Amino acid sequence: MAGKTLYDKLWDDHVVHTEDDGSCLIYIDRQLLHEVTSPQAFEGLRLSGRHPWRIARNLAVADHNIPTTDRAKGIADPVSRLQVETLESNCKEFGITEFHMSDIRQGIVHVVGPEQGATLPGMTVVCGDSHTSTHGASAALAFGIGTSEVEHALATQCLVQKKAKNMLIKVNGKAGPGVTAKDIVLAVIGNIGTAGGTGYTIEFGGEAIRALSMEGRMTICNMAIEAGARAGLIACDDTTIDYYQGRPYAPKGDDWNMAVRYWQKLHSDSDAKFDKVIEFNAAEIKPQVSWGTSPEMVLPVDASVPDPAQEADPVKRQGIERALQYMGLQAGQKITDIKLDKVFIGSCTNSRIEDLRAAAAVIKGRKKAESVKQVLIVPGSGLIKQQAEAEGLDKIFTEANFEWREPGCSMCLAMNADRLEAGEHCASTSNRNFEGRQGYGGRTHLVSPAMAAAAAIAGHFVNVAEQGV
Amino acid sequence: MRAFTTLTALVAPLDRANIDTDAIIPKQFLKSIRRAGFGPYLFDEWRYLDHGEPDMDCTNRPLNQDFVLNKAQYKGAQILLTRENFGCGSSREHAPWALEDYGFRAIIAPSFADIFFNNCFKNGILPIVLPAEIVDRLFNEMADGYRLTIDLQAQTITTPSGQAIGFNVDENRRYRLLNGLDDIALSLQHADKIKAYEAERAKRAPWLFKDA
Repeated sequence: MAGKTLYDKLWDDHVVHTEDDGSCLIYIDRQLLHEVTSPQAFEGLRLSGRHPWRIARNLAVADHNIPTTDRAKGIADPVSRLQVETLESNCKEFGITEFHMSDIRQGIVHVVGPEQGATLPGMTVVCGDSHTSTHGASAALAFGIGTSEVEHALATQCLVQKKAKNMLIKVNGKAGPGVTAKDIVLAVIGNIGTAGGTGYTIEFGGEAIRALSMEGRMTICNMAIEAGARAGLIACDDTTIDYYQGRPYAPKGDDWNMAVRYWQKLHSDSDAKFDKVIEFNAAEIKPQVSWGTSPEMVLPVDASVPDPAQEADPVKRQGIERALQYMGLQAGQKITDIKLDKVFIGSCTNSRIEDLRAAAAVIKGRKKAESVKQVLIVPGSGLIKQQAEAEGLDKIFTEANFEWREPGCSMCLAMNADRLEAGEHCASTSNRNFEGRQGYGGRTHLVSPAMAAAAAIAGHFVNVAEQGV
Repeated sequence: MRAFTTLTALVAPLDRANIDTDAIIPKQFLKSIRRAGFGPYLFDEWRYLDHGEPDMDCTNRPLNQDFVLNKAQYKGAQILLTRENFGCGSSREHAPWALEDYGFRAIIAPSFADIFFNNCFKNGILPIVLPAEIVDRLFNEMADGYRLTIDLQAQTITTPSGQAIGFNVDENRRYRLLNGLDDIALSLQHADKIKAYEAERAKRAPWLFKDA
């Protein structure tokens, strides 16, 4: 019998019941809740008179609507405020732990989970947010769900799921200087497309992935959903185990030792069979910049915006034409000639301490270009903010005329007050460049933190690999 | 949940690939804590010429007459015909809520994003996957008043010329949708199995069962 993939192992460990058609009742070890996708789930529980199956397996934090400016003033937008207050009252009513806006542990749900050790290797993790795939970086089976499933997981601690297929994306070799986890994952999406991983769980492996920190691995798995895969995975190794040691919700004492022995088995067997394997050479990957309105519309920074006339497929050609029109770009225009109005460094993709360090390293002692109206630095959690301040990173940012903000989702999706105006180009470390994502008519370019910071200084995209970061 | 058995309805063609959930229902409308009332904001940025905000009265907003759903001949359409990777992006169930509230009961496309596909079944919407060439043919066949008949029991679509096209839905999902069943009630029928699983797993992974 062939060995098992990491996904096979995680799946098999969580099957409660199997139906005749192969769909399974899967046990959920951790549910993360936030204010946007949970109110209707709690309402559903109330209407049906149901209760959470295991209250302590839920952890809540408001992030999408939270202001990144002075918290003492509360939330100005009454609709946002009501949503955040509703999360608070629901958590209180059902006895669920919530990190409030004033709590230093508050932050973006996918940053907070691993940081607290609330999401651990070997767990099944769900959240009403597609970027739940982030937690797969620690060899957890983690995926986004809709609100009906949030209610289902609350009521039963289980979900009805059908097993996905296994895909291995192997990134061989070493990434060059200035080439980060973000560039690797953007290059992968550019290659396989936004539907390339649909129906699969993607395991990321290979030397370049193994060399990444946990922060980098989270960036990779975070964007698995942008390749169409609900879940991304990276095998557990010493980097993973070291990361979790001493985290508040991580096991302690004998439990820790027992957990580590289990976690060490969380990798695909050498003879495991994958339904699909795609290999990349890290040395060939350059810093990436998205030019269009889908994460697959991405190119190396030294390339030029594509010409729709060169595209044979009519549906794709139309897609390129529409994207160029929306983005206000010309076919053949050099990516380094794209001028930026705003820069956003943050989001569940790139707001961890390593991301802030990378951005600070590029800009130290320099100032943002006059032509750039605003540069927002939004740390992923209160604890990351504290750490960055202890390292003096906030000073480097503010001296460069960047704005140092409070943690939250912020301009990744502009549900709070941080947003683009119509027509503005933004270098953003977030995950989606869909039309209107960062604000009505806004034009998003997805990049790494180093690339975003360098663009803020130059006023246009520059190749950080050539600048010798 | 409303059951889906058969449907004969007008088809609206949305000829565009990779339609994301931000396009289906922009984020500002996700601030609502209700489950209903998203229909008027479906495809808001494409449908209207102005910028929509939650609780806005849409009756007097300027319409984008070029957008397909604003064309008189597609008024009352309950079937959406579209291209690959429909519903990509976020997990927001507000996307199927908005489609359902608008009046769509079925969506036909060559492929769907996984989370969106799954969310449809929780809301009485039938997403149908057909080969790209058949979807292409349906787009080409579209004429004024073009209606399709969908039979979920038989898993067939019948075109106006009487041609039957087969499709497949997972047995479990089909059963739940045909009967409009509540997923949670069905899962709770396995409560004993869930408890047995917990007892067994607590021995293997005790650190996951020390609920404070």
